[in-house]
This record gives sequence, structure tokens and C-alpha cells, in this order.
Amino acid sequence: MFQSFLIKYGEIGIKGKNRFLFEDALVKQIKHALKNVDGEFEVFKQQGRIYAEAIGEFDYEEAIEALKKVFGIVGICPVVHVEDEGFEMLSQAVTEYMKKAHPELNQTFKVNARRARKNYPLDSMQINCSMGEKLLEAFPDMKVDVHNPDIMLNIEIREKIYIYSQIIPGPGGMPVGTNGKAMLLLSGGIDSPVAGYMVSKRGVKIDAIYFHAPPYTSERAKQKVVDLAKLVAVYSGPIYLHVINFTDIQLYIYEKCPHEELTIIMRRYMMRIAEHIAKETGSLGLITGESIGQVASQTMQSLAATNEVCTMPVIRPVISFDKQDIVDISQKINTYETSILPFEDCCTIFVAKHPVTKPNINIIKRSEKNLEEKIDELIETAIRTDEVIICD
Amino acid sequence: MECYLDNSATTKCFEEVKNLVADVMTKDYGNPSSMHRKGVEAEKFMKQAKEIIAANLKVNEKEIFFTSGGTESNNLAIIGAAMANMRAGKHLITSAIEHPSVMNAMKYLEEQGFLVTYLPVDHNGIIDLEKLKEALCDETILVSIMYVNNEIGAASPVEETAQLIKKFNPNILYHVDAIQAFGKYRILPKRQGIDMLSISGHKINGPKGVGVLYVNEKVKIRPIIFGGGQQKGMRSGTENVPGVAGIGLAVQLSYCDFNEKIECLYELKQYFIEEIGKIEGTTINGKTDRKSAPHIISVSFDDVKSEVLLHALESKCIYVSAGSACASNKPAVSQTLKAIGVKKELLDSTVRFSFSFETTKEELTYCLEALKEILPKLRLYKRH
Repeated sequence: MFQSFLIKYGEIGIKGKNRFLFEDALVKQIKHALKNVDGEFEVFKQQGRIYAEAIGEFDYEEAIEALKKVFGIVGICPVVHVEDEGFEMLSQAVTEYMKKAHPELNQTFKVNARRARKNYPLDSMQINCSMGEKLLEAFPDMKVDVHNPDIMLNIEIREKIYIYSQIIPGPGGMPVGTNGKAMLLLSGGIDSPVAGYMVSKRGVKIDAIYFHAPPYTSERAKQKVVDLAKLVAVYSGPIYLHVINFTDIQLYIYEKCPHEELTIIMRRYMMRIAEHIAKETGSLGLITGESIGQVASQTMQSLAATNEVCTMPVIRPVISFDKQDIVDISQKINTYETSILPFEDCCTIFVAKHPVTKPNINIIKRSEKNLEEKIDELIETAIRTDEVIICD
Repeated sequence: MECYLDNSATTKCFEEVKNLVADVMTKDYGNPSSMHRKGVEAEKFMKQAKEIIAANLKVNEKEIFFTSGGTESNNLAIIGAAMANMRAGKHLITSAIEHPSVMNAMKYLEEQGFLVTYLPVDHNGIIDLEKLKEALCDETILVSIMYVNNEIGAASPVEETAQLIKKFNPNILYHVDAIQAFGKYRILPKRQGIDMLSISGHKINGPKGVGVLYVNEKVKIRPIIFGGGQQKGMRSGTENVPGVAGIGLAVQLSYCDFNEKIECLYELKQYFIEEIGKIEGTTINGKTDRKSAPHIISVSFDDVKSEVLLHALESKCIYVSAGSACASNKPAVSQTLKAIGVKKELLDSTVRFSFSFETTKEELTYCLEALKEILPKLRLYKRH
């Protein structure tokens, strides 16, 4: 029944002179999202609006699902096109449309015409009145309510005439690519994919980094992270995943530092390496899935100790979320099932029974002094052997 | 060097088998149920495979049924026999170290109102025949015990078990899961007193997705899959002709020069056990002599997590299994290792090495050298 979609966007509208940048980015993201949908689409800006028009047959459900994942879209309006064959034919078409789109036919409505083509014989007000009359005649159980209608029936007169009344909510946010790039520390757990999703929703392009510790973590654990990156990429667009071999660094820390400080020191080195690669690849910040108090390494003291090694902003979108709230989002974005696959347990060898929960930075720094001899070389090797996987 | 020592999980397909399977898929692709020539030709492959397998087991061709693999064979035998014979009684007997495809079929039958006795095993993985004798009762209709255990290679006393059961009541059915044993032992169901026998294709260098169930013609079982009535209604569904042709040929090839090949395997096993004994902190689980299977060795390593050792070996292209392959994706500990009394701290420190006829002494030497190199490194980083 529908031939195109009118895309409603929110915050972009208030972006002043940069507005076109945001709109262009949104057009690009919509094109990308519709690529894998059955059918062919033309996506374009016109008079301050964005349209996605199908050329011929297309899979409606699939298109809606794809558009619902494009950040920046606030609402998706499925549109019916009719040729201009006079007002009588138009009113018939609108009546048909109402029967299909709102089959209950007992709601309140308002006709909202917009005459973009000025040579149409009736002006907007006349269309509103006459069409309202026709509809009231056709559907005696419907009523007009111009202030708070159940159905806002839009009729736009352009080359063709566009009819729409439904708004399917989009994800909101800002189009990806309009807010720079950041590096996500992706672990394979529940939190970090959610963190990536949330920052991406603000228009930030995402790269990711994963610390792999063979033989302590398996090839399947790595594949799981790749799979998670692909799931986040459904929203964020392609993700460049950096896989860092962390085994030697981990073992070296294990050898030289007190075991209860192991996790904190390890995380500090992860942050250092992530920041290094972020700088090299044009990311402006780091993203983590940390949440205050969730585990020993995420107490306020631990977070401070981890944060101390970077100068880049570290974005922690789920910092004050309860676990259940994070789980809810991960289920919504379809990463939960993958996140809970049990492939990581071999790493438990490095977890102390009673890790420090309130690390003292000075003590941690003193412990790190024990690493001076070889750590720079190990980091250098880890960075040099960085494996990049494009997750799309 | 690539060193595949996980042949109890699956084996590489014989080149000849692969070619035959491909030919049947692309040239003789008919449906055996079709009435035209294409169908008749496809049927010939079924017949041929049946002949090979029946001759190998010295049984009648009509006692051979093809399934989708070992799991289905075990399910069909156990559930099919239980359902067909429940009027005679609702008691089943099995061992504590069966494969999940037997274990979970038994669990399902328990839910359906059957009573199941799980016989304990000794530290070598062998059931106690006295315990079996005690468990048998008037209600017993089926005993299912595996020939060779998939995790430790324990070989069960098949003939003695059969004699004991049949002496108690000749109507009790005896099913043997021979998935790990077939191809490594000469199995003659009729002489050994086996009523039903499960075989899998991909454990004997054949294709995956095909298995065999031998059912003695006097035994009544109910099908568990319903449809077009193929294979005398015992197993509906269009026959997997390429797979069936493949398993037939794989059986034939497996038993070529059989005694020499088994001798070789035992020699390799002996060598591996001797050498691994020289490495500190290793324990072999189960029997080390010729009373256990020639191709499976279970070793526990002190202070090493089996999964970590597995991945460390993997980095040297050596492929082994941590416990049983079917259990290794789950953090659960192996029921078999528990049942044979492996020490608690070694339960997740146990690795299975399993050989094929293609395994060479050089590969084993390479693997042993790798172990000697890896183990001290891994043991540096103990858990607390």
C-alpha cells in the first residue's frame, strides 16, 4: 500500500547553520540501512524534509525494521502516493486510505493539507474543510477534533499527492558520523556493547578494541567479541575492531606485581594501549561499560585509579545504571544472548580471590615500577601486532 | 606440523569416500523411492552399503537401518525399544558414564514413567557385573551399555554382559553404543549376544550426518520419526543416499588390513603412555594395557587447566579435547571423569588424546615435545 517514507528528525532541526551536515549524514545512514532491504530506494532531502521512496515493489516490514535502527530518526511516516486526478478522485483515494490505515473508523481526526504546488485549485484551508466533510460523510462514527485528534491526516500536494497519518517511532539520537569518533573497550560481557550502542546513538562513530589472551582465552571468545561488534554495527555502522594480544603483558604483571592488584594494573595497561591506538586512528575519546560498584575493579577508587592513566575523555554511559537496566537495553538491541555465552572462564586464572577494592594510587604506581624493565617493549609489541577486523 | 589428536570427536573423511559422496550427489542423485531409472540407480547405492555393513557385522541385510548419525541411532534403539516393550515392564538399565545421546534419552524415558538404573563404574570405567545382576528384575526390558567410553577409552565386557542378561531373561534387550568402538574392534552382534548396535559414520572417516542401527530381526522397536514409511517404516524420510554410500565405503576401508592397523595403534598408544609418564605431574585415567581401546588416552595434568592447555597446544597446531567434546562448550565437569573417581582438582585438568589410523609416531613425538615445553610455562601461573 505504501510507496515511501517521510522521515521525521528531532534535534537536528535546531542545529542552525550546521543543519545540512546533520541532514546529509542522516541521508547517508538511511541509504546504508536500506541497502539490505528487498527493493530499491531513493533517499533525498526536499524542502527541509527527508524522504525514502521505493522504486517499485519492496518489503515494507523489513524497511521499517531497518529504519528503526537509524540514529537521528524520530519518526517514520509511511506514505501513500496518488496521481493528481482532481479532488473527487483524491477524496476517494483518501477514503480508501483511511479504511486500510485506521480500520476501526471511529476515532477523531484532523485533515492537515499542505499545498506545496501552488497551482492546485484549492488552497490548504479549502482542502482541509472539503476533505473533512467527505470523510465525515463516509465514516459516520468518526469526529473532527482540530486540537487533539487521534489521527492527524496529512495531505501534501506536490507533483503527486502524498497521504500519510501514521508515525512509527524511530530510535532518536543523532546520525552516526556527526560527532567524531571514539574507541570502545569491548570485552564480551553485557555492558560494553550497550555502552557502545549508547554513545553511537549520539552520533559518534565507533571503533573497538579487544584484549585477547591466548591460550587463556579461546578463539571462540574472540569470535564472540566479533559477533558482538557486528550486532552493535547494525546500529553504529561498520566497526573497526582492534584485537590486541595481551597475554605476555598479563603474565608479566602476574609475575611482578601483587596478585590482589592484578586486575587494576591490568586495566590501567588496557587503558594506556586503548588510548594509544585511539590517538593513532583518530578517535577522540574512550568508551567503557563500567558501572560504579559492579565489580571490584569498578568501585569509585578503582575507577579513579584506572582513569588516572589517560588524558582522553573516558565516556562511561552506563556508569550509574543498575545491572538490570543494562540488561534491558542489551536485550532490546539484541546483544544479550551473545554476551552471556560462557567462553571467558579460562581467564579466571588471573583473578585473585580477594582483589583490592579500594586501590591506593601511590601503591599501585609503586607496584608498576616493578614492570619498568620490560613493559614498554611488551606494549610496543602488542600494539605492533594489533589485528584489525572490520565488523559490519 | 598439523597434529590432529581429536579423532574421537570426529575424523577426516577418506578421500575415496569424499569422491563417492560427491558423485552420488551430482551424478546419481535420484530418490530411491522414485520409480524411474534414476531412483533405481540410487537404490543400488543403498543396497550396496547395506551389503557391506551386514557382511562386516555378519548379520542380515534387513537388520540394518540408516539414521542421521550416532545420536539418532541411540535414540531410536532406546526410545524405540522402550516404547515397543513397555507392556513387559518399565525398567531400564544403563551405566553412569554413557554418552549424552544415551543419558538424555534415558532421562526422557524417566519422565515418561520408566524406571532407570544407572550402574556405577570402577576407576577404570568398567561396570561391575555383580551390580548388573542385582539390578536385573522382572520389570527389566532393556540394558544399554556403551562398548568403548568416549572420554577414557574403557572397553566394556560385552559378551559377559550379554550372557548375564540373557541367562536372567532372554527377552531383555541388549543395546550397545558402539560409536567409539566400531572400526577399532571386530564386532559380531549375533555371536556376542547384542540385540541392537549403534554406529556413526564420521567417527570412522566417513561423512557426518549418517549412522547405522543394527536391530536383530526378532527385536520389536517403534519408530521415533514418522513420514513416508521409508526403510520399512522404521526410519521415515528420504534416504541420505550420498551419506549411506559414504558410510558403506568407510566401513569397508576401515576394516582393510585391520589387524595390522590395530597393532599399530596399540604400539602408538604404548609409546605415548610411556613418554607421557616421564613428564612430571601426569596421570593416565583408565587402563593403560590392551584391555582399553587402542585410540583413546585420557591424561590429567596437575596444576593446569585443560582448556588453557588445549589452546596452548592449538597454537602449535595440535588439536585435542578437554574431557568430552560434547561437554566442553559447557562449564559443567565431565560425569565420566567424576564417575571413575578422578580427583576433584584434576576434573578440569584432563585432556583426551585420540588417534586415527593416520596418526604417526612423529606426530606424537611432536606433541610430547610441545607438552614438555608448554607445561612448565603454564604451571608458573597457578590459580590461587
